[in-house]
Amino acid sequence: MTVLEQPGAYRPTPPPGWQPRVEAAPLLPDAEPYRLLGTAAAADISPDLLTRLHRELVRGRRYNTQATALTRQGRLAVYPSSTGQEACQVAAGLVLEDRDWLFPSYRDTLAAVVRGLDPVDALTLLRGDWHSGYDPHEHRVAPLCTPLATQLPHAVGLAHAARLKGDDVVALALVGDGGTSEGDFHEALNFAAVWHAPVVFLVQNNGFAISVPLAKQTAAPSLAHKAVGYGMPGRLVDGNDVAAVHQVLAEAVRRARGGGGPTLVEAVTYRIDAHTNADDATRYRPDSEVEAWQAHDPIALLEDAMRDRRLLDDEGVRAARESAERLAADLRTRMHQDAVLDPMELFEHVYADRTGQLREQAAQLRAELDAEAGDSGKGE
Amino acid sequence: MTTAIGADTARKPATMAQALGRALRDAMAADPSVHVLGEDVGTLGGVFRITDGLAKEFGEDRCTDTPLAEAGILGTAVGMAMYGLRPVVEMQFDAFAYPSFEQLISHVSRMRNRTRGAMPMPITVRVPYGGGIGGVEHHSDSSEIYYMATPGLHVVAPATVADAYGLLRAAIASDDPVIFLEPKRLYWSKADWSADAPEQVPPIGRAVVRRPATGGRQSATLISYGPSVPVCLEAAEAARAEGWDLEVVDLRSLVPFDDDTVCASVRRTGRAVVVHEATGFGGPGGEIAARVTERCFHHLEAPVLRVAGFDIPYPPPMLERHHLPGVDRVLDAVARLQWESEWTEGSAV
Repeated sequence: MTVLEQPGAYRPTPPPGWQPRVEAAPLLPDAEPYRLLGTAAAADISPDLLTRLHRELVRGRRYNTQATALTRQGRLAVYPSSTGQEACQVAAGLVLEDRDWLFPSYRDTLAAVVRGLDPVDALTLLRGDWHSGYDPHEHRVAPLCTPLATQLPHAVGLAHAARLKGDDVVALALVGDGGTSEGDFHEALNFAAVWHAPVVFLVQNNGFAISVPLAKQTAAPSLAHKAVGYGMPGRLVDGNDVAAVHQVLAEAVRRARGGGGPTLVEAVTYRIDAHTNADDATRYRPDSEVEAWQAHDPIALLEDAMRDRRLLDDEGVRAARESAERLAADLRTRMHQDAVLDPMELFEHVYADRTGQLREQAAQLRAELDAEAGDSGKGE
Repeated sequence: MTTAIGADTARKPATMAQALGRALRDAMAADPSVHVLGEDVGTLGGVFRITDGLAKEFGEDRCTDTPLAEAGILGTAVGMAMYGLRPVVEMQFDAFAYPSFEQLISHVSRMRNRTRGAMPMPITVRVPYGGGIGGVEHHSDSSEIYYMATPGLHVVAPATVADAYGLLRAAIASDDPVIFLEPKRLYWSKADWSADAPEQVPPIGRAVVRRPATGGRQSATLISYGPSVPVCLEAAEAARAEGWDLEVVDLRSLVPFDDDTVCASVRRTGRAVVVHEATGFGGPGGEIAARVTERCFHHLEAPVLRVAGFDIPYPPPMLERHHLPGVDRVLDAVARLQWESEWTEGSAV
């Protein structure tokens, strides 16, 4: 047996006075994802919260199917669906106070909508009329981030700045399993831990980075385990159990707000749809796997638990579905209206003041537009 | 822009490094939202001591030693700017900034654009850049073309002690991200300078004629910025003996580019040489030469020439003097400006 094969045998001689910075054990995640629905502890969750979670889950599923349909109708250039992951999205969208900030990735439009963003504004990037359809300050939602994990250091910097100003603001940053391989993930977690920043990182481990499964993404025991190396707690939660995700996130947010520093939460879930409408998921996973996860559906899990507690009946389900249909109908109607775009806006937001070069180019485009208008005028 | 703290009207010798440090200090004193962050900027005062004393005067929350991670430094600065701070980031050496390029290009440069103006990025990125100090590999790059090619960034480079102060104050005050290129080999250059002179703060985007031509018969404009400006001034002095009357334009700002000042000079002199340390192929000089040619073609007596670093990775320190454009190479280019008719008429001198 080599030294490295003997558990605990490899101990470099520490310098005098050396002490471990923290005990690793309290930081380690449990081996199994935390479940709440269907356990005795679920009896303590407030009926109001469960009703709210249920309503948003049902609306979220409908939002996902409607947005996917809009891609087929050519109204959205692309839509990365979060069907199957709605529990993570809903919990993330509901867990924060108004003054807190949400840092979503491109798959997290639903979380932004649950937080209060207009669904049409949330889809502007994916429709293609502008890169972001909303003022981030309005609902404290950072612009949807397309590069992977690069929004995580933003969340750290914002939370750090808020703390420096004396505001008890928390930032919640969302990232996928693939994003945890990026350097920005590492740097963000390291900065957050060193600065003791009030940030919560939520990894939605949905099984695949486009086609690459988790086993080819990481050799870590779990993604939550990565937290230990930075000196922050890692928490593993069933990502389809909306009550569990909400509770774990709420604890992490509370801890951050109280000065306890950052937390890394891994929610184990599954992407039922393909990566986007441009992806063929049948090339990298069998139908049987998808069906197994469909049997662990976040809406069904919650409805079963609520019916057991007599907090939901057929009437409650119908009311939630009607609310969802109204959301979908409104989205359909408004997304089928053609966007009104002003090409001159291309030059508006590059710098605070246009440079001489941009003034020249704006004049060129203005002339081209005027010529176009003149040509079409002659044709009439 | 508020004036510098304290009365300091006397003009005294100061180095560019001192002026940069004073600019940071004055900006932090004038505006509590200005925060300095980077590797070694706190206790050590930066490896070039530009941030010396800031942590002591303003506290470690305002001048922060970060973990060693350039993407993290710039990425957290983005979040700080989102919350209303004005981060001033130090990249320790030019080539050390490359890990931060994704943050720079994907976020810093276009956050204003993406959010329709709702989220400006008032971030200053200080980059000690260029060669001539005997640095080993990755310590002497001239990376300005990467920054110049990214819409949304301002790119400035001071060449004098006064501009180092003034441009840095302007950069920090700007609501847009500014790449602030600090010519390392000019850090210890000295000039008589007073910190208490707000008129020394030039607006970003304005070039200056550093040495006017005097109306001599054989005239040309040397167009340069940063560490090559003193080289051009020396070359202009030496060229008098050859009968050349050279005007030196210091760009100060590569983005925005001051076409007016540059072209006015070239129209006066009729000839132009662009001088910089960065590589020539695909380098800043190509863009500048093209702009000058497009705007001044009928005034030109000769093609716009470029004197640049060779198209090689930055050389090891014992060979860098062969790479860096020096006075002789500039004078050789000036000699080549005696285009065809000049040669045939033999009108030199």
